[in-house]
Amino acid sequence: MKKIEAIIKPFKLEAVKEALTEIGITGMTVSEVKGYGRQKGHKEMYRGAEYNVDFNPKIKIELVVAADLVDKVVETIRGAANSEKIGDGKIFVLPIEDVIRVRTGERGKDAI
Amino acid sequence: MNDTTRHHIFLGGTAFLAVSVVAVPALADEASIGDTVIQLAYSVDTFYFLMSGALVMWMAAGFSMLEAGLVRSKNTVEILTKNVALYSVACLMYMLVGYNIMYGDALNSIIPGLSFFLGADNTVDEVLKSGGETYYSNMSDFFFQVVFVATAMSIVSGAVAERMKLWAFLAFAVVMTGFIYPVQGYWKWGGGFLDALGFLDFAGSGVVHLCGASAALAGVLLLGARSGKYSKGRIKAIPGSNLPLATLGTFILWLGWFGFNGGSELKISNVVEANAVSMVFVNTNTAAAGGLVAALLLSQFWFGKADLTMILNGALAGLVAITAEPLTPSPLVATFVGAVAGLLVVVAIISLDKLKIDDPVGAISVHGVCGTWGLLAVAFTNPEGSLVAQLTGIAVIFSWVFGTSFVVWMILKMVIGIRVTEEEELEGVDVAECGLAAYPEFTKD
Repeated sequence: MKKIEAIIKPFKLEAVKEALTEIGITGMTVSEVKGYGRQKGHKEMYRGAEYNVDFNPKIKIELVVAADLVDKVVETIRGAANSEKIGDGKIFVLPIEDVIRVRTGERGKDAI
Repeated sequence: MNDTTRHHIFLGGTAFLAVSVVAVPALADEASIGDTVIQLAYSVDTFYFLMSGALVMWMAAGFSMLEAGLVRSKNTVEILTKNVALYSVACLMYMLVGYNIMYGDALNSIIPGLSFFLGADNTVDEVLKSGGETYYSNMSDFFFQVVFVATAMSIVSGAVAERMKLWAFLAFAVVMTGFIYPVQGYWKWGGGFLDALGFLDFAGSGVVHLCGASAALAGVLLLGARSGKYSKGRIKAIPGSNLPLATLGTFILWLGWFGFNGGSELKISNVVEANAVSMVFVNTNTAAAGGLVAALLLSQFWFGKADLTMILNGALAGLVAITAEPLTPSPLVATFVGAVAGLLVVVAIISLDKLKIDDPVGAISVHGVCGTWGLLAVAFTNPEGSLVAQLTGIAVIFSWVFGTSFVVWMILKMVIGIRVTEEEELEGVDVAECGLAAYPEFTKD
C-alpha cells in the first residue's frame, strides 16, 4: 500500500476528483494548505504599497491505494492538475504500514 | 446649519405663504387658517429635521462598517466597541453641556457660555406669535446637532485604530464632544466670531470634518504607527480584513450624507426651500460620484490597479468637500469639487504614509485634507464667499482643535497611557481589550 499526497492548485481540485472517481478511487482527504516552491510567492497592492504574499494557497489531496494502482493514480492526478504553468504542484508517494477501518476493525487492503 | 445669514434669507418664506393663503378664502375664519398654515409648516420642517437627523445617526453605522472592514480581523471587536461607545458618549456629553456651549448665551463672540441640560421646547403660542419665524422644534434642533458631534468623533476612531487603548480613547471622546467641538461650533454655527467674519461652512466641512481630522492627527502623532508599518525604510501594507463591509460602510455614509447636507438647509416647507434641498441632494450625490471616479482613474494610472479602498475614500472625499457648500454650485461644478477631492485624497494618503503618519482608514486625508479643500472651494463657488474668511476659518478650527486635542492626548498619555503593549497589539486588541474575537469559528469550534 502506498500513500499519495498531491499538492495542486485550488481551482484544479474538482477536475482531479472527477478524474480519480472515473478510475475507481472511492475516497480521499483534502485540506487547504499554503506554501511555495520554485514558483515563489506573488505581489499584491494595497493603498499604493506593494506587499509580498510568500505562501500561495494550495490544496493537498491525500489518498491511500494498493501498490499496483500507484502509477495509474499518479498519472491521473498529473493529467487533471496540469496547467503547464509554474506552480502546478507536486505529488509525493509514501509507503504505508497498515490501514485500519474504525467501524469494523478490518486491516490492510480490505480497509482501503 | 444654524447659519444666521441663511436663517434670515428664508424667514420670509412661510410668512408669505401664510399671508397669501389667508387672503383667498372668504368663508373660513382667516386668522385660524393662517395659524393652521404656520403650525403645518412648523410640523413639516420639524419632521424634515428629525428624519435628516436620523439619516445622520445612521452614518455611525457607516463609520463602524468602514472601519471594521479596513482593520485586521483581530482588531474588529475593539473598533466596533469604540464606535458604538463614542456615539453614546457624544450623545450624553452634548446633552449635558455641549449643546449649551455651542448655542447657549455667550459671554462674547469668542468665549461661549457654560450651562447644563436642555431647555424647554416652543409652545404653540410662541410659534404663532413668531408668525412662522420659529419654524422647528428646539428638541429637533438638538437631535440634529447631536448626531453631528458623533460624526466628528467617529472620524478619530478610524485614524487611531488597531493600537490605541479603548479607555484612553473614550476619555478623549468625553472632552472632545463636551468641550472641544462645541467651542469651535459656537464660533461658526452658534453665531461667534467666525460667523461674523463671513466664514462659510454650510454643513461642516470645517466644523465637523476638519475638526475631527485635526483631533485625529494630534492623536496619531502622539500614538505612533502600528508596529511593523514602517520598518527597514519600507512601507508595509496592512490590508483590511473585510472589503465588503468597507464598501457597505461607504454606501451607508453616502446615504447618511443626504441628511447631513440636505438637513442643513434647515427648512423645506415652501417652494424655494424645497428646491434648495433638492439642489443640495443632487450636488451631494454628484460630488461623491465625481470623487469616486477621479480616485478610480488615478489609482489605475498610478498603481496600475483599481484599488477599492482608495476608490471608497474617493467617494467620501467628494462628500466631505461638497459639504462646505452644496447649494450654490451647479451640479457640474459640484462634480468638479468632488473630483478634485477624489484626486487629493489619493495623493494625501500616499504622502502621509511617506511621512510615516499611520492612518489605517485614511481619515485624516478624507476629512482633513478634503475638508480644507471644500472650505477653500466655497470662495469660488459661492458669490458671498471670501478666500480670506475661509482661510481664517480653516486656521482657527485647525489650531484650536489640534492644540487642545494635543494637550488632552498628552495628559492621557502621561496619566493612563494611550497605547496598548506591543504584545497586545500583535495578539490583537480584540482579546486584549474586549476579551473576545470577532470571528471565533476561525480558531475554535
